Amino acid sequence: MRFTKDHEWVSLDGDVATIGITRYAAEQLGDVVFVETPEAGKAVNKGDGCAVVESVKAASDVYSPVSGEVVEGNAALGSAPETVNADPEGAGWFCKIKVANAADVDALMDRAAYDAFLATL
Amino acid sequence: MRYLPLSPQDRAEMLGVIGVNSIDDLFVDVPQSARRTGLVDLPLHMGELEVERALTRLAAKNTAASSVPFFCGAGAYKHHVPASVDHLIQRSEFLTSYTPYQPEIAQGTLQVLFEFQTQVANLTGMEVANASMYDGSTATAEAVLMAHRVTKRGKAVFSGGVHPHYLHAAETLAHATQIETVALEPAIDGEAKVIDAIDANTACVVVQTPNVFGTATDVTKIAEAAHAAGALLIVVVTEAVSLGLLKSPGAMGADIVAAEGQSIGVGLNFGGPYVGLFAVREKLTRQMPGRLCGETVDADGKRGYVLTLSTREQHIRRDKATSNICTNSGLCALAWTIHMSLMGEKGLRGVAEISHAQALKLRDALKSVPGVEILTPRFFNEFAIRTPGSATAVVEALAKKGVLGGVPYARLHPEGGFEDVILVAATETVTDADIKAYQTALSEVLA
Repeated sequence: MRFTKDHEWVSLDGDVATIGITRYAAEQLGDVVFVETPEAGKAVNKGDGCAVVESVKAASDVYSPVSGEVVEGNAALGSAPETVNADPEGAGWFCKIKVANAADVDALMDRAAYDAFLATL
Repeated sequence: MRYLPLSPQDRAEMLGVIGVNSIDDLFVDVPQSARRTGLVDLPLHMGELEVERALTRLAAKNTAASSVPFFCGAGAYKHHVPASVDHLIQRSEFLTSYTPYQPEIAQGTLQVLFEFQTQVANLTGMEVANASMYDGSTATAEAVLMAHRVTKRGKAVFSGGVHPHYLHAAETLAHATQIETVALEPAIDGEAKVIDAIDANTACVVVQTPNVFGTATDVTKIAEAAHAAGALLIVVVTEAVSLGLLKSPGAMGADIVAAEGQSIGVGLNFGGPYVGLFAVREKLTRQMPGRLCGETVDADGKRGYVLTLSTREQHIRRDKATSNICTNSGLCALAWTIHMSLMGEKGLRGVAEISHAQALKLRDALKSVPGVEILTPRFFNEFAIRTPGSATAVVEALAKKGVLGGVPYARLHPEGGFEDVILVAATETVTDADIKAYQTALSEVLA
């Protein structure tokens, strides 16, 4: 699993990246009340907003750490957005993207680097 | 006393900071040819009494709607608004309270808006209504943008019965957001023609009932066709009182209702301010524009009202908000709600029934005038008539005889054809004597 400074995580399986927000991000947002996930087939560029997460405090974009094509959005979050708080780095994933360039993922922080980054915040 | 907030010294200091010598230096980019030399030729200042005299003279040049037999509609209707409405909205608790971001001090305003939403939802037959838009035309434009967000498709099809001004407002906003608008030819009874224009890129079809020619249409089949193609049905209503008698848009399958609320609680007001009604299916709530009030409980479990789903709105979502509207027509919405509450369901139906009955009498009276043709097949309180020659000339001749006999269609849509068509409306404020006066005047004009 790799991480971004915007507090997204990416997990690569073959050429499909699963994307979500980190436990730290979920805790900062507070109770998530709504999630908008992308539809399959949508093309995304690295850095584009690919999903929206809304808590009782704020609505935030989730930026795609990779370029590629959306394979699946996590439809289960539509009726159970609280999954993002309960299991942010597991069942609370947002979308799966078929990556154009797997090196995009390798360039991101690993767990140790992300933890070190969090320690600076 | 003149109000001069800045002293010459203040100005000199400010000009110094930005590095110019005089205020005129700020205008050096305006070419000389575009500048005015000398003063505008205006009368000198006057005392209050003289101003009142001057303005009274000016006002006397108007023919006020309530001073003569009056049959104009076309999107703004003269209904009776009880004096109690005007009195109640001027209570300072309502009149001076503005944007209700602080529920702890704005419960009265919030509760009114909540009641307003409930009444709008009930009247339109929809599940959710917002706390109001600016007017019917901007509500229609917002409905088109919303359909684009929901369907992610790029085309909006308008029937030939949608009020031309509403079409123009929607075209203006749609153009700036890269949505293609397709306006079908003006048609007196052609709402269903939108069905043939639906394709895979159609976000929505926009129909109006009663339409600008007064024709009432059951849009159920249009809703089915739109839904089968994955498009939304937007139903426009310009005469809210019609909903007291006609089947609601919600019952006919509308996804979004965009309506003008002026005819309830709000006077003609020279064309504004009015109040836009906006209602949707519950599943579309998150894509709604505008403010929304919700009911909740406070820390002690007592009922209270708050703004809700604000994350759709500009003060939180910034450029990704569902709309750039950051307010609502609060005072007109208040008047609407008070008038609705005074009438109740029975009262509203009564107003609608009398309006329809007077319109039927008017139709029969005008039909008996040689040369007049009634064009609208099914109507609530407004219909189109054809008279020989220019409708504008006929309406002006009627005005000279002291009858405001309707709105020439060409005034709304100069290039739309129908130059010989007048839109004629009746409400409960029209008396039998008014109708007789119209019949007599029109007979004389056409003789």
